[in-house]
Amino acid sequence: MRRIGEEELAVTSEKAGIIRQEIIKMLGEAGSGHTGGSLSAADMVACLYFWEMKLDPQKPDWQDRDRFVLSKGHAAPVLYAALAEKGFFPREYLRTLRKLGSPLQGHPDMRKLAGVEACTGSLGQGISWAVGMALAARIDQRDYRVYALLGDGELEEGMVWEAAMAAAHYRLDNLLALVDNNGLQIDGKIAEVMSPEPIADKFAAFGWNILEIDGHDHRQIMEALNSARSFKGSPTAVIAHTIKGKGCSFMENRVEWHGTAPNREEMEKALAELA
Amino acid sequence: MKKQATRDAYGQALLELGALYDNIVVLDADLSKSTKTVEFARAYPERFINAGIAEQNMMGMAAGLASCGKVVFASSFAIFATGRAFEQVRNSIAYARLNVKICATHAGITVGEDGSSHQSVEDIALMRSVPNMTVIVPSDGISTRQALFQLYQHDGPAYLRLGRPAVPQVHDPGLDFAIGQAVELRRGKDLSLMACGIMVSKALQAAEILAAEGIEVSVVDMLSIKPLDKEMIIRKARESGALLTLEEHSIIGGLGSSICEAVCEYCPVPVTCLGINDLFGQSGSPEELLQYYGLGVEQIVEKARKLLKKK
Repeated sequence: MRRIGEEELAVTSEKAGIIRQEIIKMLGEAGSGHTGGSLSAADMVACLYFWEMKLDPQKPDWQDRDRFVLSKGHAAPVLYAALAEKGFFPREYLRTLRKLGSPLQGHPDMRKLAGVEACTGSLGQGISWAVGMALAARIDQRDYRVYALLGDGELEEGMVWEAAMAAAHYRLDNLLALVDNNGLQIDGKIAEVMSPEPIADKFAAFGWNILEIDGHDHRQIMEALNSARSFKGSPTAVIAHTIKGKGCSFMENRVEWHGTAPNREEMEKALAELA
Repeated sequence: MKKQATRDAYGQALLELGALYDNIVVLDADLSKSTKTVEFARAYPERFINAGIAEQNMMGMAAGLASCGKVVFASSFAIFATGRAFEQVRNSIAYARLNVKICATHAGITVGEDGSSHQSVEDIALMRSVPNMTVIVPSDGISTRQALFQLYQHDGPAYLRLGRPAVPQVHDPGLDFAIGQAVELRRGKDLSLMACGIMVSKALQAAEILAAEGIEVSVVDMLSIKPLDKEMIIRKARESGALLTLEEHSIIGGLGSSICEAVCEYCPVPVTCLGINDLFGQSGSPEELLQYYGLGVEQIVEKARKLLKKK
């Protein structure tokens, strides 16, 4: 069990704050991109990158590193902010998001940016990719862990359930899926567009170990990560209840912030709230 | 003439490769007995993963395994590997430039009795349109084995198109094939038959009949569809002045289209494309179907005679 004390919580809280500010800044400068779902995942990503995962930014190809796959690839800004803060690349790169020639593509590209583990963006594919990584770890008898972050709307893709079946079938206890359950997708509430609920029951029926948490409570996130790490025999799904746009009052729970970037005025307002 | 299905040669070559290289992993989608990956599965169970009837997830898993250093051979029928899982192949494998070799069997109408749902006539077009993708269509057991060894060494994604029925051996056992190279099997100045897959042996038979009439044709195995051997195409166009393309695939987007693209740009000569004429397949025996869709030996001979008049 990894320690969860005030010190650790202080670190991840600070990092989550920095990640949120960078998300707003990079999207504001890019002028397009996905704000709401990046902010809803910021706490989980901060806990993964600054508490949980074995990583070495100086050796991004280190074979025994833990792997993070952003299956909800449109939340690329949250990943880029974490990678920059971790030291995988200079922070100035963040200012190039979505620009021609930038290593920071609109959706993550492993061939263009150090620290990115998979090419994602087409929903449902990242979780299968993560299953493949977990299988590779088993074949090679390596003890790294694989983390996949999915959106709740993403669960509407049938491929997710093919992957869920395979992960349970092959008893991949080195795999953890985090579901950013913010309840909104582009066209509206997931409950109205195409409900994937009951999410926990579905993963449980496929044979996964299930944990449900508040996805903004760092202690709960860390406890879930600790619990999943010691759970043997099946993969773990963490259903994280989150708020889309978390941290910026005027964005919270508002579907119009799914695929919208803040203008200058909104950016300043958001940064003032996050300061 | 010795006959062997290219899928059988694939299964055997995988066994050879498995013994040589530890980093090979083989995936299948519940068709291992048909795709012949079952032999590898028996020999190396720890390196064989059955994805079940879930081709999309199979391609995603293949990407994940390859991103961790594995050389992945992923098999299913051509229709499912390239059709059902197209976007996974495109986004997870080809865009990421990963070492996944999609080795699809049961391509074309010679699947036979199972009928159109299982007969892929679009797969070459689909795969060659994807950036980073290498496309190889072997014509016999020898070229299949050679292609597989080449693809293992090749860094990047590839599509290998294999067939169900036994086909005659057309290459010497000493074949030295390299990705991007066509192989000339017969030389003649009057016309060039540019074929791939099962149509290579048909072209050789047609060439015999034409030779008896005093018409000397070249037969070229265009097994590397992408990269395409443009030098060979230009050379044959210049030497013989007309090309007849032959494929067990739609005339839209396959070998014939590839050759026309090259010929139009570099050395325009009359070309006739023989293939499936924008139609779906149907049930029947492989030979019956080849005849029905105009790909029988006599039909090739007839097309060749007509094309000669256009020169």
